[in-house]
Amino acid sequence: MNSDAPRSAPHGGAGHGSSAQLVKMANDIGDYFRAEPKREDAIAGIANHIVKYWTKRMREKITAHVQQEGDAGLNELPREALRRLIVQQAAAPQSPAH
Amino acid sequence: MLSIVEKDLGTPKRENTELVTLSIDGREVTVPAGTSVMRAAALSDVKIPKLCATELLDAFGSCRLCLVQIEGMKGLPASCTTPVAPGMKVTTQTKQLADIRRGVMELYISDHPLDCLTCPANGHCELQDMAGVVGLREVRYGYEGANHLTAEKDTSNPYFTFDASKCIVCSRCVRACDEQQGTLALTIQNRGFDSTVSASQNVPFMDSECVSCGACVQACPTATLSENTLIEKGQAEHSVTTTCAYCGVGCSFRAEMKGEEVMRMVPNMDGHANHGHSCVKGRFAIGYATHADRIVKPMIRATISDPWREVSWEEAIGHAASELKRIQAKYGRDSIGGITSSRCTNEETYIVQKLVRAGFGNNNVDTCARVCHSPTGYGLKNTIGESAGTQNFDSVMKADVILIIGANPTDAHPVFASQMKRRLRQGAKLIVADPRSIDLVRTPPRIAAEQHLKLRPGTNVALLNSLAHVIVTEGLVNEDFVRARCEAPAFERWRAFAAQENNSPEAMQAITGVPAADVRAAARLYATGGNGAIYYGLGVTEHSQGSTAVMGIANLAMATGNLGREGVGVSPLRGQNNVQGSCDMGSFPHEFTGYRHVADDAVRQTFENDWGVTLRSDPGLRIPNMFEAALDGEFKALYIEGEDIAQSDPDTQHVTAALRSMECIIVQDLFLNESAKFAHVFLPGSSFLEKDGTFTNAERRVSRVRKVMQPKAGYADWEITQLLSNAIGFPMHYSHPSEIMDEIARLTPTFSGVSFARIDELGSIQWPCNAEHPEGTPTMHVGEFVRGKGKFLVTEYVPSAEKVTARFPLILTTGRILSQYNVGAQTRRTDNSRWHPEDLLEIHPHDADERGIAEGDWVGIASRAGDTVLRARVTDRVQPGVVYTTFHFPDSGANVITTDNSDWATNCPEYKVTAVQATRVSQPSEWQKRFREFSDTQESLLKHADVMYVGK
Repeated sequence: MNSDAPRSAPHGGAGHGSSAQLVKMANDIGDYFRAEPKREDAIAGIANHIVKYWTKRMREKITAHVQQEGDAGLNELPREALRRLIVQQAAAPQSPAH
Repeated sequence: MLSIVEKDLGTPKRENTELVTLSIDGREVTVPAGTSVMRAAALSDVKIPKLCATELLDAFGSCRLCLVQIEGMKGLPASCTTPVAPGMKVTTQTKQLADIRRGVMELYISDHPLDCLTCPANGHCELQDMAGVVGLREVRYGYEGANHLTAEKDTSNPYFTFDASKCIVCSRCVRACDEQQGTLALTIQNRGFDSTVSASQNVPFMDSECVSCGACVQACPTATLSENTLIEKGQAEHSVTTTCAYCGVGCSFRAEMKGEEVMRMVPNMDGHANHGHSCVKGRFAIGYATHADRIVKPMIRATISDPWREVSWEEAIGHAASELKRIQAKYGRDSIGGITSSRCTNEETYIVQKLVRAGFGNNNVDTCARVCHSPTGYGLKNTIGESAGTQNFDSVMKADVILIIGANPTDAHPVFASQMKRRLRQGAKLIVADPRSIDLVRTPPRIAAEQHLKLRPGTNVALLNSLAHVIVTEGLVNEDFVRARCEAPAFERWRAFAAQENNSPEAMQAITGVPAADVRAAARLYATGGNGAIYYGLGVTEHSQGSTAVMGIANLAMATGNLGREGVGVSPLRGQNNVQGSCDMGSFPHEFTGYRHVADDAVRQTFENDWGVTLRSDPGLRIPNMFEAALDGEFKALYIEGEDIAQSDPDTQHVTAALRSMECIIVQDLFLNESAKFAHVFLPGSSFLEKDGTFTNAERRVSRVRKVMQPKAGYADWEITQLLSNAIGFPMHYSHPSEIMDEIARLTPTFSGVSFARIDELGSIQWPCNAEHPEGTPTMHVGEFVRGKGKFLVTEYVPSAEKVTARFPLILTTGRILSQYNVGAQTRRTDNSRWHPEDLLEIHPHDADERGIAEGDWVGIASRAGDTVLRARVTDRVQPGVVYTTFHFPDSGANVITTDNSDWATNCPEYKVTAVQATRVSQPSEWQKRFREFSDTQESLLKHADVMYVGK
């Protein structure tokens, strides 16, 4: 956040919804892995990190965000990592609902 | 006065493999070379009279009571200052010695009040004891001569009294302040008869440099320096060894008791972390445990605008369980979760995470380490293979170069800081990387940092990369170590990265603000100065690149071969007493005990078999994710054990909005803390004095916590969690915390050798403790890293998203102060608040002048997240452009300003970097007014309930 604008309302306003927060988190993870010399390693690292540390619901939300809004707000590497996760999720057998 | 159960052997223990045999009063004694005759005698049960000698301090040789006769030696040497020698023949009792000792005592007693029966030291006064030992029957000089009997008492300190009339000028207090604490606040002023103990320049203790560690009180052989509790209530009648519940040093104490009342806390001379030393918090600030504010009856209410209703334990637990089940039935299994406490024991933490994973059926469990040292876990695990510091505290005594990054040990880890200062006074070199001038940068005499790298907040990684650049490009890499111990491809990749010109100190200077020459000098010193040891704190972790910085630190240590032996290493200084333990115990949503991922089928299977349930393989919500999920309407109930997220977590308004959106918040705590004001169920918890268990300190040292009094509310915290678990339908049947530790050991390879019995036997155990390391592991990564080969990771500097602008031109960074602890729930309820009654805003004189701000003015601090008002302290401890405050008082609103930016890997909040503006104002902020109104309302709802307090 580089602007002077006060942050959006703390009570769950539009700019502070979980999708926006998840996009920010994904971009932060991408910023770390972009130092990987090989692009493939960076994408795999981002995807692996998200699978390892994010809840299933968070993953569902951000993949829904990608599917519904394309690359809105996402940097290139995390966007690609999330697209791969979507493909993997589609290919994986459905786990029982909790 | 030492603990009532400790035997003082007169001079410190000497470590030496060479043994010396001598004869003392005809008894043959064998001791390590370097041992004093006095100690050798004491070890063979020969008691030599003494007054100025104590095992806690180096020998001084002033009182002349401990004289002995040694065959072949001229005169009568002092046994405290005379080292043993092979074949030495010592005689401790002769008529000549007796006459001299009696004469010495006559002189002492001729100027000493003879009020033994009413003296606070009666029964444990060493002067009184020695009078008896030497057979003093008369004082030939009389009592009418010049004396000090009318000297005034100094009662300025809330915890101890200085009564100069009883002083024998043995210098034990002065030496304790020098040698143990390292503050040098006390001196002997004047000479001869006029000699007196003086605090600073002969001012009251409270106004002096004294930090109230109590070392002088412990060292005093008379009642000159006495704890006020001892003066008011008399001596204890029994003692229980336990572990301090404040910072991550984990000092061992003897709780001296009279029945169920604590008379004194005396640091344990055998304590493996503290060796008989303490700070003002651990020794004195325990009054909170019996403070009138403590709530000791369970309470419930339907909404947070309702008055609390005091209920039975059965009703409270039943209501909580019913609400949790109702919410899960309505919103789904993942709609509830729990937070474990770094202030509670390992056993209590373990069963909270077990309750969540097995009882709630999800992995929505997290701990306050999320907001402090979670990057340590991530960064160290991925580089050297284990989520913990590599050394014990004693290792610092073998360090040649000490590099402190983002830590302020004299305030946050004072007992370890004292040990570090001892090493620095012995000549170890110091490098400090910190935006502020912490005390260690310059502490006369003899402590002055070779380099103070005064970097801009948020630029740790840039600085670490520039240090790495110097090491790589100036041929300072320990090639043999790296070749033998580290993964070659990863190292080569890192070497190429570090060597890039954009990582050079000259290129990074514009970012860090640190002169390139200083960085180069620091890198050379760390790499070539002998044993290099890195100590770091929250000034590293609490950044958007917290994990990256931890990796950068590990990279530096590996590159220079500073790992795997004493005197070196990477040591995170943990904040709360059991942060290490709460992490070890599986509190993170993605890990079981011992840092094993929930997706690991084999690991999960062992827990499923033991617990008899099917467990989830997907990670649960972290604390900040819980808030987001709550605001999204998906997370509705939270069980919080011993944490205060409404005060300690960043972006307060965001946190409280999340708490308001939930349907059932269960808070288990000692007090109606800030989070409890949003709660629907209050379960009164127990202090560390009221339960058995273990804490694990920053050295991975597992130490016993022992119950010294019954829980004020009837149950220890582990029992409350067990009641809740049973009520929701996941039975637990522990009858003692030792059974919980047995289960932890059964399921955790690094703890397989740990049990209460084994800890009792060894005093404490540093994990890993297993078949390979049956007595624990003081130094990790000896020979090879836990992960096999060490892995260098590339650490590109990514600037924080939090930027200064014309509207927010200053950077706010936050920290702690010696007298207060964390959110202050404990220390604010003690006399420690006399040292720090409010949080202040430190601002540089230049920035203050520009804004017309003077010392003590109200200053409004506004960030993109919120605003608050604090009083100004104008000081050049902070650099221009940087302001600083603490967060010990809830109405300060320090975390109203901090943002929700967080570490990329762990979501540890970026407390250390917030862009702000500071302006002179005349009234509290709008948030503070709302906070006060809400708080008053909540307190009235508590009073309205006529709830049972400890004080009633």
